[in-house]
Amino acid sequence: MIKFLLMVNKQGQTRLSKYYEQVDIEKRPSLETDVVKRCLSRKKEECSFVEYKDFRLVYRQYAALFIVVGISDTENELSIYELVHNFVEVLDKYFSRVKSKLFFLSSQSELDIMFNLDKVHIIIDEIIQNGHIVETNKNRILAPLLALDKMAEAH
Amino acid sequence: MSDVVEKTLSALPSLLSLDSQAGAGKLSPSSKLGNLIKGITELTSKHEEERLIKKELESIKEQVASPNTTMRQMKEIMVRAIYCEMLGYQASFSYIHAIKLAQQGSVLEKRVGYLAVSLFLNETDEFLLLLVNTVLKDLQSTNLIEVCMALTVVSQMFPKDMIPAILPVVEEKLTHPKEIIRRKAVLALYKFYLIAPNQVQHIHSKFRKALCDKDPGVMTASLHIYLQLIKENPESYKDLTGSMVTILRQVVGGKLPLDFNYHSVPAPWLQIQLLRILAYLGKEDQGTSEMMYDVLEESLRRAEMNHNITYAILFECVKTIYTVHPKSQLLEKAAECIGNFVLSPKINLKYLGLKALTYVVQQDANLALPHQMTIIECLDHSDVIIKRETLELLFRITNAQNVTVIVEKMLEFLRLTCDDYSTIDLVGKVAELTMNSVFSLGGDVMQPDIPNNFLRLLAEGVDNVEDRQLRLFAVDSYVSLLQGETAKLPQRFLQVISWVLGEYSYLREEESDPGSVMRLLARLLDQRHTSTETRSWVLGAMTKLCSSPVSVALARDVCERYFWLWCSFIPQVDSSLSFLDGYVSEALAAGAAPYKSPHQRQEDLVQEKALSLEPYGLSLPVSLSSCSITDRRSPTLLSMSSVSQCYFSSTTLKLEGVKRVWGKDGYLAQQQSAGETPTPLVELPSPLLSPQSPPSQTQKPSSGLEPDQEKRQLASSLFVGLGSHNSVCLVRFPSTVWLFIKHCQSANQSNVVKALFKPLRTLDHTTSNGNPHVEGTEQRVEAGGPLSLIRGNGMVAVVPPTHTQTDPQTQQDLHPAPALERPRDLPLTSHLPAELSGLARSEFTPLCSDQDSSLALSACRVYKEDALVLLVFISNNNDSALHQMALQLTCKELEVYIFQTGLNNKVPLFFSEIPVGRSRNQDRNTRGSSNRDLEKPRIFCENFRNSCMPLTVSTGDYGKMWLSFSHDLKQNLQLVTTEHQEPLTATLDALKGKLHLHVVDIIGSEGIVACRLLQGPGQGQPCLLHCRVHADSLAVWLRSPVPELPDSLLYHCQKALTET
Repeated sequence: MIKFLLMVNKQGQTRLSKYYEQVDIEKRPSLETDVVKRCLSRKKEECSFVEYKDFRLVYRQYAALFIVVGISDTENELSIYELVHNFVEVLDKYFSRVKSKLFFLSSQSELDIMFNLDKVHIIIDEIIQNGHIVETNKNRILAPLLALDKMAEAH
Repeated sequence: MSDVVEKTLSALPSLLSLDSQAGAGKLSPSSKLGNLIKGITELTSKHEEERLIKKELESIKEQVASPNTTMRQMKEIMVRAIYCEMLGYQASFSYIHAIKLAQQGSVLEKRVGYLAVSLFLNETDEFLLLLVNTVLKDLQSTNLIEVCMALTVVSQMFPKDMIPAILPVVEEKLTHPKEIIRRKAVLALYKFYLIAPNQVQHIHSKFRKALCDKDPGVMTASLHIYLQLIKENPESYKDLTGSMVTILRQVVGGKLPLDFNYHSVPAPWLQIQLLRILAYLGKEDQGTSEMMYDVLEESLRRAEMNHNITYAILFECVKTIYTVHPKSQLLEKAAECIGNFVLSPKINLKYLGLKALTYVVQQDANLALPHQMTIIECLDHSDVIIKRETLELLFRITNAQNVTVIVEKMLEFLRLTCDDYSTIDLVGKVAELTMNSVFSLGGDVMQPDIPNNFLRLLAEGVDNVEDRQLRLFAVDSYVSLLQGETAKLPQRFLQVISWVLGEYSYLREEESDPGSVMRLLARLLDQRHTSTETRSWVLGAMTKLCSSPVSVALARDVCERYFWLWCSFIPQVDSSLSFLDGYVSEALAAGAAPYKSPHQRQEDLVQEKALSLEPYGLSLPVSLSSCSITDRRSPTLLSMSSVSQCYFSSTTLKLEGVKRVWGKDGYLAQQQSAGETPTPLVELPSPLLSPQSPPSQTQKPSSGLEPDQEKRQLASSLFVGLGSHNSVCLVRFPSTVWLFIKHCQSANQSNVVKALFKPLRTLDHTTSNGNPHVEGTEQRVEAGGPLSLIRGNGMVAVVPPTHTQTDPQTQQDLHPAPALERPRDLPLTSHLPAELSGLARSEFTPLCSDQDSSLALSACRVYKEDALVLLVFISNNNDSALHQMALQLTCKELEVYIFQTGLNNKVPLFFSEIPVGRSRNQDRNTRGSSNRDLEKPRIFCENFRNSCMPLTVSTGDYGKMWLSFSHDLKQNLQLVTTEHQEPLTATLDALKGKLHLHVVDIIGSEGIVACRLLQGPGQGQPCLLHCRVHADSLAVWLRSPVPELPDSLLYHCQKALTET
């Protein structure tokens, strides 16, 4: 089961957080700091999974951004690791429609996410619900958001 | 701030004006959200952040209160509020506006409203009730997007009492023509099932319909419900197995639309989900499992592409294969698959392999065997996570034989990462669990190092939260242990418990009444099975706990009842009884005593210390005596340079320590299954091979071998107990052998010696000349002199006591009668069983015989690693061959007896192996007078030679042990000089031969030797010697955890060398 998903930059600043288990708002920053510290201190040649308290962290780096997923012990780490990539590919697909290069390798990805926090959340809501993976088909993940965009443009 | 962001920020105005950027949305550079984001990216300190967000919250508050704020602005405000909350600042005043936005906004604004609600509120929030009407309205909307977002928010959070209000509408959506609506409806129902299973009980048939939906997305969504249902109650859903198998087969076979592929792999996460469901269905159900074997095999076969996601599927597949009813062919393939993972150079796969291995060894511990060397490597891996996972794996294969090494490894790991909260917590618990299971199983026969290490671990930590938690955890678990049945707990474990409770009970005082621990300890004290030594530990603990009136009252009571015990154990601590006065007065003082003199108080302190330190003295020699490192330096450390020299340049390896690698319990050469990748024993990169060993080529292999050997040795100690010799037996340390031989037919003896072992009841044999029966054999057998095979602590091996009375010769000394020493040309050595031939043994001693006897009986002792073997030989002295011999062997209390007869014309041979038993002698007083001296507890002196066993350790282990032992002794001994040997080697050889010591290593002018005690009070305890040639004498330095051991070993070394 997925417990949370974080997007943080290299400085350890949270750019997006989504929790699937109740964590008090006041406790989130320290938890995030802890989690990020743990992932940032890892070397490239070390594995992408970290233990943290009673759960595990799966992290993946894209240019200046880290995506960290907290999962329960019974979850399949590698499948989550690839889920992150699938998510990034979806973001790529969405944000790079008018750009020539891959979104996530661009230096703007962090700002793009910040300026489109709501949309990234909408995408995540399509992929994960209640800590479970509910959709992985890229077209279907994007369908509701694209429809929203279309309607907003029409307005 | 990141450089990238900085650079981008400078270009911000232009970026923000890019209206054509569909994804980035339309933001004016002066927009409030733009400013906030700019502000956030420029933050440099927590303080600044606080100021910025406070300001932002003020501004938001102002804006939402304004009646002029449009929904479009509200949408932006909500995103700003989301930012504030994300940074940890509550924006609760905006919650109601989020709901309002969801109610009143147009599509995108509505969606952001719902999003803000799902981010701000939790499932129990009452605000959610305000959302119900909006949701209901949107569910019934003609705009599919609105239906969609309503269903999305419902499947994220919904007040469970309000489910009935929307359930019919959601149910209706199950038949909606659009797949996305059906899919989201299924997910909403799944949410309802999670929060209120009763509410959706009536629509189970609709779930089935969803499972059979023509759209794969809807089917996938329904699997969430089924995974949950099947997990909770697999029996009711066995009929779905066929469907699940079919679905998986179709998915694996690539029947789904292409956009379900991820990197050319068809719907991988769906495959994983299905495999999990199959695991639940097939668990412990052969019939159901058989239905899925084919598809599982196909999954294994199909997932051959070299991509992470296929490995993720494989991992799940392996787990399923090992969860369902086993099929050997599949298991083999799965094991092979795990092997590929474990051996993979990709670190993530290695991790997954270790995890898979950890899972499967719970089914079959032997699966770890092919990967021994990889596991050893992973144990030293630079990545802590890999290390940690390896420990987890080892934890699963822990048995009584390898627990010492594994716990040692865990403690090692723990020390390295002592600042790490989760690791200390996890490993602490693991170690703790292991300790408990080991203590309660084999505590009494365990080396004291383990409890010592554990106590040190508890005591050493700084007083931080983690240590406190670990201690509290120990205290709590021990208290609950004591509340249960304690009779079965080993004494040593009880001692550890007492110490821990004495030291750390205060940690739990707030939550329980202070007397409870005291009462538990008092109860322990009263129990019959508690040994005196343990009682003294318990009393020590109680003394430490005397801080509350309740405890003091209890202590006073205990004081009265256990006065006798204190009297009996005080002499060891304090020859005067003043200690007790101190204690009693302390108790009185804490309770109601009106006066206590300063003198008394002083004494008090001293005495309390004396009492509480007694356990320390035994358990924590290093940690608590704050002695400097220099005086504890190991001689092996001092001579490190010579050691390394030996490692790198010596061509003659000292292999004594390594020999058992190939032995019975040693490195287990696994049988390679066909097609399996060979274990990389030889290919192992040898870390020491590289630049350090420049010398000649011939030296290279040896230096390269060394670390390999060490690893194998480690492997042998880690994986002992697995494989064909699998046993659940405890750590087998030598313990006392009690052996009595008695000839049953002489009735007058039976009252003297308990009949335990009757080797020869009747000995009938037919000789070649046809004599059917040879009379008198028994008599002759009986006429033999006594032989003390193993003596000590009231132990007798073969003693027919009546003969000691009738035969003055044997009464005089315990040596065999001269007649029996008559040289015989018994080629007995050649009849030693092969497995025993290489081991140290005593000389052959005739037990009984006569010149004209046709049969002779002789015996010898063989020192095995873990047992003392008593060999009894029966030989035919006649020229005529024996055709038949009836042997009856009765052995009541010895645990094992194996005998083989080798009938040979010339020398019939019989031997009996007696591994160390643990029977007790009940009948001390009935022993013959000639054995009196043996009963004295002077086992260290009298029987040292018989009770000393070689202790096979590696140089590294020796070094560790050396540092942990507290009792030492130094002395100079004379050197033995022979013509063809170095004095050191000669001396050590002489000692080895006479005292059964193990020469660990000889480096230059220094040698290290180890032995342990077979029996008696210090049973199983090691003693280490470090020898150095100094001028023409040998400077020896002995160390042991037992105080008397160095002394008596030294004495025997002296004696042995004098004899030479």
